[in-house]
Amino acid sequence: MALRQCAIYGKGGIGKSTTTQNLVAGLAELGKKVMIVGCDPKADSTRLILHAKAQNSIMEMAANAGSVEDLELEDVMKVGYRDIKCVESGGPEPGVGCAGRGVITAINFLEEEGAYEEDLDFVFYDVLGDVVCGGFAMPIRENKAQEIYIVCSGEMMAMYAANNIAKGIVKYANSGSVRLAGLICNSRNTAREDELIMELARQLGTTMIHFVPRDNVVQRAEIRRMTVIEYEPTAKQAQEYRDLANKIIHNKNFVIPTPITMDELEDLLMGFGIMEAEDESIVGKTAAEEQMAVAA
Amino acid sequence: MQVVEDIKPSYPLFRDDQYKGMLANKQQQFEGRIDEGKLAETFQWTTTLEYQELNFKREALTINPAKACQPLGAVLCALGFEKTLPYVHGSQGCVAYFRTYFNRHFKEPIACVSDSMTEDAAVFGGQKNMYDGLENALALYKPDMIAVSTTCMAEVIGDDLNAFIGNTKKEGHIAQDFPVPYAHTPSFVGSHVTGWDNMFEGIARYFTLNTMADKKVGSNGKINIVPGFETYLGNFRVIHRMLDEMGVAHTLLSDPAEVLDTPADGEFRMYAGGTSMAEVKDAPNAITTFLLQPMQLEKTRKLVETTWTQEVPKANIPMGLEWTDEWLMKVSEVTGKPIPASLAKERGRLVDMMTDSHTWLHGKKFALYGDPDFVMGLAKFLMELGAEPIHVLCHNGSKKWNKAMQKVLADSPYGAGCKAYAGSDLWHMRSLCFTEKPDFLIGNSYGKFIQRDTLQKGKEFEVPLIRLGFPIFDRHHLHRMTTLGYEGAMYMLTTLVNAVLERLDEETRGMGTTDYNYDLVR
Repeated sequence: MALRQCAIYGKGGIGKSTTTQNLVAGLAELGKKVMIVGCDPKADSTRLILHAKAQNSIMEMAANAGSVEDLELEDVMKVGYRDIKCVESGGPEPGVGCAGRGVITAINFLEEEGAYEEDLDFVFYDVLGDVVCGGFAMPIRENKAQEIYIVCSGEMMAMYAANNIAKGIVKYANSGSVRLAGLICNSRNTAREDELIMELARQLGTTMIHFVPRDNVVQRAEIRRMTVIEYEPTAKQAQEYRDLANKIIHNKNFVIPTPITMDELEDLLMGFGIMEAEDESIVGKTAAEEQMAVAA
Repeated sequence: MQVVEDIKPSYPLFRDDQYKGMLANKQQQFEGRIDEGKLAETFQWTTTLEYQELNFKREALTINPAKACQPLGAVLCALGFEKTLPYVHGSQGCVAYFRTYFNRHFKEPIACVSDSMTEDAAVFGGQKNMYDGLENALALYKPDMIAVSTTCMAEVIGDDLNAFIGNTKKEGHIAQDFPVPYAHTPSFVGSHVTGWDNMFEGIARYFTLNTMADKKVGSNGKINIVPGFETYLGNFRVIHRMLDEMGVAHTLLSDPAEVLDTPADGEFRMYAGGTSMAEVKDAPNAITTFLLQPMQLEKTRKLVETTWTQEVPKANIPMGLEWTDEWLMKVSEVTGKPIPASLAKERGRLVDMMTDSHTWLHGKKFALYGDPDFVMGLAKFLMELGAEPIHVLCHNGSKKWNKAMQKVLADSPYGAGCKAYAGSDLWHMRSLCFTEKPDFLIGNSYGKFIQRDTLQKGKEFEVPLIRLGFPIFDRHHLHRMTTLGYEGAMYMLTTLVNAVLERLDEETRGMGTTDYNYDLVR
């Protein structure tokens, strides 16, 4: 099987890292050989696989060693649950330096050291919430990830972010072979969430590849720095991640997304009662002015 | 004071009393100059072993680097292709630097453009600059190929060349089939030799990656030669000549010898000579590809081995006697062509020259610095001459280089007292020249400051500089010389032995003191 490279994007805090690791555990259980590349300065993309607090990142080790050229692949690559290979790009402390360059440097390093030449079926890039600069688009440059999955939920800001990410993908999809491969709904238990995300997916030209229900076992496993599949393989939630893994294995629906306008997104949210229609007459009015208007 | 009839340059003008007074006054009143005694004391301290130990503990500071940045190498690589315009995606100042650097070395105009990214491009990304830049460069300078590399700025913000160039074509700014190979060349990674390697890999990849189906190793009966970052124009010519004499059909992949040496005949040549696109496309059909500077062509090697599926012969830089022998024999081995009598004769002449001069060079101590393969080849040749390298420094040398260098030194008794320094700069070299004095220093023009500093300590401490390397800004036409092959060894030998004799004359010119050895015949 040819190597498939996938990038996971989505709003910060939506559960990208948790979903990625659980899904990758599912793939590994099915006998797939997988590598996770964390592309987030927080370096928390591999802790559930490695049972570790935070893996030593490429950038951190490069800073200690003097330069990236002084590192060897085995220094930065750790092997965890079911032989899943784990790498964290890492990056600077908040407020200094350039995290985007960290991602570029780390991925270049992995390429040069032949990390992708090993026997692998999948590489997953777990990318920082917002594609704030060119560095965070590194995983979707030509010859890197060609499938992008967006993790979202039925909350307004998560959908807004998903649409923005779709806009970013269009830029790269037009000149290369990167494609949107689907939305993964990580449920927040909002009303009619599945229908809403399916509708958003339809408008973006893709599908909701899986609806991952909310289940406390995820948190229980996480406290133990484990994926659900490892912690409690018989749990219902473990089966959900297996289903997601299976759907990704068989996914063939790769599209150039059709992002929607702000108005269309608002219409969609209003249609599902998540947002009230805006009353233009109250915009910019203070409480005092409103009272006067009522009194008059 | 200057008089119109006799305009003097700063030297000797500033030696006039009027200027001497003025400069002294300026120092005294405005420069806050510290006490002469303290100055001299500090200078002496910087020449001690104690200072050297501190100097080598330096971690976060480079003083006087002996390397340049990636895009400089990328530009040189691009100049070696027919009607190719080097294009640097990034800031204008960087490209002005590349142009002047080459101007000063080659004394030639250098065609190279940038897309002038400014602050807004740093915020919004440089795609728009790429749109306008490629369109304008093509309209104004009419190249057949534009080879794109990058400066730090574009790299830090993560501009994606593949996407940008693709979009430029898609938007119709330039034609879909116009060749725009590219390479990401962040200046803060590696050095100019890395940039050369990256750009070459980019060009080779562009023209061959997707057209390998009908290619067959050996089908064109030629060999490819990849020079790497090479600035001695004679080296391009000597490789052609030796292979022609052998009757070996070959392609020199990147050959800037014409465009960097255009005649003054009234016609401006923005482009001249160079490897053609057809030759690059045909390169995978060659028997094999020789990498002249194997230490600096890692990416190229990978492409040749994996994409072109050619076996790269293991060979050192063809410098000096033995490594030129080995190289020619390797070429003979893979092509089946014998080494002709003309080259055997040339070799004999070199050996004759070496024996003629060896008495002057035997046991002479040299410190040398430069690019990885160059210094290795030079050290090897010095030892063949019976000279002793004692410090070999390579700022852009890797651990791998250091290992290989140690091995070369260990193979000859003349290398016993020598240490190799990878990643060290010229301030380190300055310390070494004070604490373990060589008879001569070999390197580029920047070494002249080490000569000045050592002279300052006293004439007996002076380490004269012999100019071999890149860049050479302060002597003319040396870039036209040759350092590879037997011919190159002859030039280097001539340069070395005459520097030794020049120095001896200088020391024995004292009338009635040392002139008993001021001989007419040496």
